This record gives sequence, C-alpha cells and structure tokens, in this order.
Amino acid sequence: MATTTTTVPSAGPVAGLRSFLFRLREGDEIARMITFLFAASVVLVTLLLVFVLWQGSVLPRHKFGFNFFHTSVWDPIFDQFGALPFIYGTLVTSAVSLFVAVPLGIGAAIFLAELAPARVSDTLEFFIDLLAAVPSVIYGVLGVFIVVPLMRSYIQPALQNTLGFLPLFKGPAYGIGFLTAGLVLAIMVIPYIISVSREVLLAVPRDQREAALSLGSTRWESTWQVVVPFARPGILGSIFLALARALGETMAVTMVIGNTPIISASLFSPGYSIAAVIANELTEATSNLHYQSLIELGLALFLLTFILNGLARLLIVATSQRGRAMGHT
Amino acid sequence: MHASVRPALSVNLPPIATSPAARETSAVLSMRMTISKVNFFYGSKQTLFDVSMGIATNKVTSLIGPSGCGKSTLLRTLNRMYEIVRGARLEGEILLDGQNILTQDVTSYRRRVGMVFQRPNPFPKSIFDNVAYGLRINGSKAPISEAVEKSLRHAALWEEVKDHLHKSAYELSGGQQQRLCIARALAVEPEVLLLDEPCSALDPISTAKIEELLVQLKDLCTIVTVTHNMQQAARISDFTAFLLTGQLIEFSPTPQLFTTPGDSRTEAYITGRFG
Repeated sequence: MATTTTTVPSAGPVAGLRSFLFRLREGDEIARMITFLFAASVVLVTLLLVFVLWQGSVLPRHKFGFNFFHTSVWDPIFDQFGALPFIYGTLVTSAVSLFVAVPLGIGAAIFLAELAPARVSDTLEFFIDLLAAVPSVIYGVLGVFIVVPLMRSYIQPALQNTLGFLPLFKGPAYGIGFLTAGLVLAIMVIPYIISVSREVLLAVPRDQREAALSLGSTRWESTWQVVVPFARPGILGSIFLALARALGETMAVTMVIGNTPIISASLFSPGYSIAAVIANELTEATSNLHYQSLIELGLALFLLTFILNGLARLLIVATSQRGRAMGHT
Repeated sequence: MHASVRPALSVNLPPIATSPAARETSAVLSMRMTISKVNFFYGSKQTLFDVSMGIATNKVTSLIGPSGCGKSTLLRTLNRMYEIVRGARLEGEILLDGQNILTQDVTSYRRRVGMVFQRPNPFPKSIFDNVAYGLRINGSKAPISEAVEKSLRHAALWEEVKDHLHKSAYELSGGQQQRLCIARALAVEPEVLLLDEPCSALDPISTAKIEELLVQLKDLCTIVTVTHNMQQAARISDFTAFLLTGQLIEFSPTPQLFTTPGDSRTEAYITGRFG
C-alpha cells in the first residue's frame, strides 16, 4: 500500500476506487459485505439482548444490588425479590438431566456409529431427529401424565428405600420436583447428544479404527480407546449443546417442577427454575419492581449460560490439547 | 532382449511364482505366508480372482498395479482387515507359518501381522503412548519404556524424538508420523509387516527415509508393501507381484519383473503405456 502511494501518488485513491467498483460489479465485494452483515448480526443481537436486559432491570439492581443473586425470598406482595431458588432450580435440574442423559446418549451413539448395521443406524437416526424436533410442551404433557405418576408411585419410593440415607432422596414423594424435571429434561436432550455424537463418531477416520485393530485390539478396545478419544471434542460439544437446552427449557420444566421457590437438598422437593418463573409471572407482574426483577432473572440466566459455555470451551481446549485430534483430520 | 541381465537373485524365487524358471528353484526359499486360490468378493462383486503366491520370509514383497487392480484388497486379506467391511467374503486359503489364518482368533492373529497405512494415522496421544498402545492392550509383561525405545530405534525415529516423547504425535512432520506408525506396528513384534502405499502422502526426502528403513527392517520381519510407484518397488523389494483387474498377472524376483517381464501386460504397465 505504502509503495503504491509514493510511486504514483495521484493514482492511488482513484485506482483503489476503480478496483473497488470493478470488484463491486464482479460481485465479490457485494458478497463480502452481505455475508459480513449477516455474521455481524450475531454480535449485534447478543449486545442488544444484554442491553435490553440491563436497561430493563434498573430498579431491582438499584434496590437489591448484588444481594439479588444470593437471597432466597421471592415475595411480590412485600416487594422482596431474591433469585437464588431459581438459579438453584435451573442448575439442579440441568445437572440431573446431564447425569442421566450423558451416559445414555453417548452409549446409544456408540452403538449407532460403531456397532449397528448401517440400515438400523440410519433408521434409528431418523427417529432420533424426529424426537429432537418434538415441541417441548409435548414433553411436558408426557411428563405430567406418565413421568409424574411413575415417579410418585414407583421410582421415588424405590429410591427412598434404597438410597434414602442420602439427603438427595429424603422427604415426601410428590411426583413433581427437581428430579422429575431433570428426568423430563434428560428425555428431551438425549436426542441431541445421540445425534451429534453419532455424527462425530462416524467422522473419525477409518484408518484410526484399523490401526487399533491391526495392533490386536478387540472391536470394543478400538472403539473405547481410540475412536471415542478421537471424537472427544465433538462429543463434549454435543453435551454442551444439551446443557444449553436444559438450562433454558421453559415449558416442560414448568409443567413438572412444582413452581415453588424452594432450595432443598432433596431432589424430591418441588422447585422452580429461572425460565419457568419468567414465563409464569411476567404477564401478571403486579409492580414495576416485580416486573423488572423478572427481567433481571433473565439477565442472570443469560450470564449463567454465558459462564457455563465459557467453561465448556475451556474444558474442550484443555482436554484436546494433548492430542489435537480435531485440528488434524 | 534383457536375457543377459538375468538376476543373481534367482535362488530366491517364490514358490508359486508365475514364471516357469521361478517354479523350478522355489523350494530353496522359506515362506512366511502362502496364499492359494484366493477369490475375494464385495457383495456380489468379485475383486480378486484365483490369486496364489508366496510371501518369502525376511524379504520385501511389493504388490504393484493400476488403481483398482486389487492390490490393497489383497494386502488386507493378509491381516483379515477386510472383515470389518460388511459384505466382504473370501474364498481360498491363506497360511501363516503353515497354519490357516482364517480359522484363528482374529484379534490374536492380527497381533502377528502389523499394518501401516496410506496416510500417517497416529492416535491423538503422545508419541510414547502411540508406540505403547499395542503393548498395553496386549498386556505385555516386558518393561514398556524399553520396548518403546527399541521400536522407535528400529523405526529410525528415536534420535529425533527421544527428548519429547510426551509431546503430541501430531506435532511431528508427516514423514516422522509415518515412521512413528511403523514403530507402533513394530512394538508388538509382528512376524509380518503390511504397508499400504506408505509413502503416497509424503515428500521425496521422507519417502527416501522410509524406503531405506524398510530395507533395514527385513531382518526383523517379513514385509509386504503395496505401491503405485514402480521405481519404489524396484528399489526396495526382492519380489514383485503385478496385479491387473483382480488377477495376479506376474510374480517374480524384482529385477526379473522389471527387466524381462514375462507377460506383455506387465511390460506395457512398467513401461508406462497404461496405469
């Protein structure tokens, strides 16, 4: 650039303009600008989201400050608002769902990618994609009519009888509560984990499997010690996709969690989640402070998602450092 | 016209060689593997037709031929790697040390026949763990780090990597990765080492190193290599088999195959008229 302007000073900008117009006509520049706008809109929407949530929550931020995030009284009548029970409910239900969904989902993905005949795998994949597309309210209905009665009559009593010494499984079996919400969430996110993990496993180069087999691995050793580690970054990605969905799920959770802002060590206890309380109370907020507190809850959920996603990235970077499998295919 | 260039190697002739002269003197050589009347099918499509040949102990045998001639398929029958492909079927008999390989337990059989692939394919682990992998899954009693060093020395890689054995294998160059894969295969002390176009993804210098290495490794194990590079086959192998459309056209000592091919199709191929 510098050399063009010094040797032919007058031609610089004109030539630049001409070349720009030429490229504009060619379409490259148009394509570049349009796609840039599309890409930039992602950042724009994110910033807008934070801005709206921040602006909309002025009152509770001034009134409660940081206390909002670690107090647990939620009382619209006396205008006392603390977010902790909701943050707790969101985290606990998501954790329960991943605890159940990760082993099941990855196990199923391994079967579909490595062991099942191609036709079985493709057929099942069709149903899995279908499950992933079912609206969450349907899962909520499934939860209310099937999971809740099952939990109340069979699963929760059984857990109480066997693992009742743990604080996790104490208290009356209502059917609804953290555990049920977590299970319904697990049912919802398993298809995501299976679908993405299966794709990632199928993308592992065939010669990785063959190298392991040619050294005298059994089929399972080659799958578990070579193929799965190779695909690990992608499998972790599928788990974080599932986590993101679990954190933000509204409808199915609110139908089975009990909608009571309680912090309890027992998974049988009813609870509440951030997304559920926003959906339930936003249209009926009695005061400005109530309304804005709900918006600040939205901000909290956004931050929670942001932090967990950040940690997830770090985890992926940290665990794939050694092998750098995906950087080299 | 090259009749006078008759190789001094003539004593080392394979038993089921296609040239008549070869058959006469074949008994002298000990055979690590014997392939007899092998027909191979993918579903209903036949890709090998009645292939019979011997793999001489502690020699390099090259399989050459144009793309799709079945040379890789033939190589993959030797460690039964074809079995992981659905619908693949083999008829005929393959012996290793006189025993039918098809009736043995496939997992323990594959430990005796190592394999190196077209593209370097180290596992996403450290250099050390790559070489140690085969030893660990086989529950080797020998001290692993000594065995790893030995294999890396055999693969002529030790001097280059001895100070960073715990770095990722992916930090090595392509040629080093391929030698690492050879070390990984050698670690379980196979009797036979199969190489499927081991240099096709490498630059000329790395290729030269691998070729030199293979010639040295003969003393350690029997080597079968697939290559589409005829010069390479001529440089490194003792015996060369030429395949065309699934048939073994000619199998002779390398100098003989390249100087006095017995079949007009072999001659056409090695003089570059097709393929």
